[in-house]
Amino acid sequence: MPIPGHSRKDALPMQDVESSAPSSVRTIDIINRKLNKRYRAEKRFKRLGLAAILSSLLFLALLFISIASQGYSAFVQTYILLDIHFSRDVFDVGNLAGADYNGLVRKSLQSLFPEVRGRQEKRMLNGLISSGASFQLQKMVMSDTSIIGSTRSVWVPADDDVDMLMKGRIDRSAPEAERRLKDVQLGWIDGLRGDHRLQKKFNMIFFTGGDSREPELAGILGATMGSMYTLIVTLLLSFPVGVASAIYLEEFAPRNKWIDLIEVNINNLAAVPSIVFGLLGLAVFLNFFGLPRSAPLVGGLVLTLMTLPTIIIASRVSIQSVPPSIREAALGVGASKMQTVFHHVMPLALPGMLTGTIIGMARALGESAPLLMIGMVAFIVDPPGGFLEPATVLPVQIYLWADSPERAFVERTSAAIIVLLAFLMVMNAAAVFLRSKFERRW
Amino acid sequence: MHFPLLLIVIFVFSQAAYWLGYRRAFSAAGEKGSVHLHSRPQYYGVLTFLWCVIPPLFILGAWSVFSEPVLTGLALKTMPEYTGRLSPDEISLLKSDLRNIVSGRFIPPGADAALLEAADHYKDMRGIGRQGLAALALASMLAGTIIVLLRIRPGMRARNHVEKMISIALITCSTIAIFTTVGIILSVLFESVLFFRQVPITEFLFGLKWSPQMAIRADQVAASGSFGAVPVFAGTVMISAIAMLVAAPLGLMSAIYLSDYADRKFRTAVKPLLEILAGVPTVVYGFFAALTVAPVLRQFGESLGLSVSSESALAAGLVMGIMIIPFVMSISDDVINAVPQSLRDGSYALGATKSETIKMVIVPAALPGIVGGMLLAVSRAIGETMIVVMAAGLSANLTANPLQAVTTVTVQIVTLLVGDQEFDSPKTLAAFALGLLLFAVTLVLNIMALYIVRKYREQYE
Repeated sequence: MPIPGHSRKDALPMQDVESSAPSSVRTIDIINRKLNKRYRAEKRFKRLGLAAILSSLLFLALLFISIASQGYSAFVQTYILLDIHFSRDVFDVGNLAGADYNGLVRKSLQSLFPEVRGRQEKRMLNGLISSGASFQLQKMVMSDTSIIGSTRSVWVPADDDVDMLMKGRIDRSAPEAERRLKDVQLGWIDGLRGDHRLQKKFNMIFFTGGDSREPELAGILGATMGSMYTLIVTLLLSFPVGVASAIYLEEFAPRNKWIDLIEVNINNLAAVPSIVFGLLGLAVFLNFFGLPRSAPLVGGLVLTLMTLPTIIIASRVSIQSVPPSIREAALGVGASKMQTVFHHVMPLALPGMLTGTIIGMARALGESAPLLMIGMVAFIVDPPGGFLEPATVLPVQIYLWADSPERAFVERTSAAIIVLLAFLMVMNAAAVFLRSKFERRW
Repeated sequence: MHFPLLLIVIFVFSQAAYWLGYRRAFSAAGEKGSVHLHSRPQYYGVLTFLWCVIPPLFILGAWSVFSEPVLTGLALKTMPEYTGRLSPDEISLLKSDLRNIVSGRFIPPGADAALLEAADHYKDMRGIGRQGLAALALASMLAGTIIVLLRIRPGMRARNHVEKMISIALITCSTIAIFTTVGIILSVLFESVLFFRQVPITEFLFGLKWSPQMAIRADQVAASGSFGAVPVFAGTVMISAIAMLVAAPLGLMSAIYLSDYADRKFRTAVKPLLEILAGVPTVVYGFFAALTVAPVLRQFGESLGLSVSSESALAAGLVMGIMIIPFVMSISDDVINAVPQSLRDGSYALGATKSETIKMVIVPAALPGIVGGMLLAVSRAIGETMIVVMAAGLSANLTANPLQAVTTVTVQIVTLLVGDQEFDSPKTLAAFALGLLLFAVTLVLNIMALYIVRKYREQYE
């Protein structure tokens, strides 16, 4: 044990008494002598705190700036204008879907660049157009057969390399061998640009397409639908169950060991790593109950278990804030306990419960780790049409795209993150709005 | 009858049942209410409604849970010459083939006549079962409604009955938390026991080599994977330590500044901003770590002449630390605000400056709470998944160098379980063993932290 007087030397300046002549020096002088040093320490400490806050804010700004700067360009996409001649001899009336749409694209390109000869060069020329162009033509013909025999000017998506070049993400000055686009291709692209056949337009595909291996055809609609189905299941299960548990624990539960156990459980579940819920889902819902893999239903069940503690805790706080006088008044005029709770306490606590639920939903929307466990990482092209069909969700789509090697997927990943963050912001804003509008201070 | 149609019928009829019960209460009360009803007439309606809905829904629920395993078992019994000499794995394969044929998804290439026959048998029985189910559900619905209607008397305590049923529902809902915990424990424990039967627990806990890749052929080199999890633990500890080195000082200092120095305006402006950091999905942090922070660190390291792995522990730990800052901050803030004002006033009265008060009085007084909060933060760092999956490596290096790639428990769980799984290989089961460990460690940390924080709060209340 240190002697009490000596352990706090730098804080309490009294100790210096010994070193000076005791009779001539007053205590106040000793204190004053050290005062400047102490004030400097005070300032230093304050600046340290401010620096901590500023650096946290700096991280936040860096995060958003880096994602926004990488992602904004994905909202436009390079398109190439081709004059397509839908010649009659290509189409077989009985089998419109089977026509050689690729051939149409190739022919049209050929007519733009008649000087291109040789297999190698032709392949490089065709490589400028996305493989999605033929599907686009197919769709056009299937929806309107009258265009067969005519020539139409069609904007088709360019290949992702062309798109990246147009957005300045491929360095023209790099040596040819290190570039995805060769010199001849650059020449053609500049030619197309000179003819105003190459333009950046709003990237509709990104919002209407499912997943794809081709960045220029990849969209977030499938993942968004999957997220929606999953969240619907989560909301339908977790809100009623969470509110019911909160009401029971706050209003009806006796104080005994069982209830303590439940409370400890809820508090602990709120802090269990989310991936463990994924293991639970895999072992119980998939292996034991045999529910289908990758289904939004299972995802919703897992996320329900994960968000329940959040909703229960928020709802309990909200019920606690309803003053006892309300309950006493209701009981006093002859309402039963149940009537008191459902007719008087719950309506007053509802805004708080809804706020907690929205926050829980926002967390569920951003969650991906447990969903990896139950197979919601599949490569799914078509948007899911129901609760049992294979689906993926927005955050998992982000994870999948972040793993893709193509340069163009980086900007699409960032754009998907921007969309996800936008959803989250709307939800949180709704929660803040609810709270400020309906919360009552008693 | 089909499931959705059945549900619609039940729904429509339940509305009718409510109305019938409601009317019946009035007629039981007699003309102009000559006899007093015990409860308000709505309660008689609700009671009829509940007894109309609950029995058929219960039956349908039981069917959808139990029909498949029962029917599969019955169908497989039709081919005894098969199932008699098959191992459990082959039977489970057979079952999934059967399920695929029945659902019409596809017919597995190896399917033979006996299996197809069993599938037909399955479909037949399912057809019969479904008809019986519909009949049973509708009958129970009618029976429930009629019984309640017949028993409605003026003296019947309908409200008490309804309230009893509601309170049973409430109790059931609140026990889900217990069932979830039990479910987690059982599911990880069960698979882990299977794992420890194949790999000794001492090897798992103390082995120094982790390479769970199982050989496809038995005669391959390194035919069995090795499951020494120490490198995985070490990686987890290192990344969490880096994260805490970032989050603990920044979070604590931010909380101190906000609670003791900042004016109201600054506080209301900055606090929500910092809480945004907590709301950002972890997958976004993972992307940020892998595509922005890691390359920057790598370039910076190269300019100093250091070789930094592109999946360095530093990048993952740094970003994870950023993620945890608001968590540490809000807990520290709570804890610091719980220190009674009288302690501060006493310190100021002795002539201490603000920073001296904080360092000598407030932080020591709040220490248990702060420690508890840090434990919760550590538990969160250990369990964090997406950042490390995206930014940390897969290779289990046993190293103390934060510039190298390390792997963590959560990364291994994800890589072992994503993709095709067989539930008998140690590779898959190892993920559950890691999960058990993760759950146990975070459980201990959480309970300890919650206990400390609660004790601390009580001390000043």
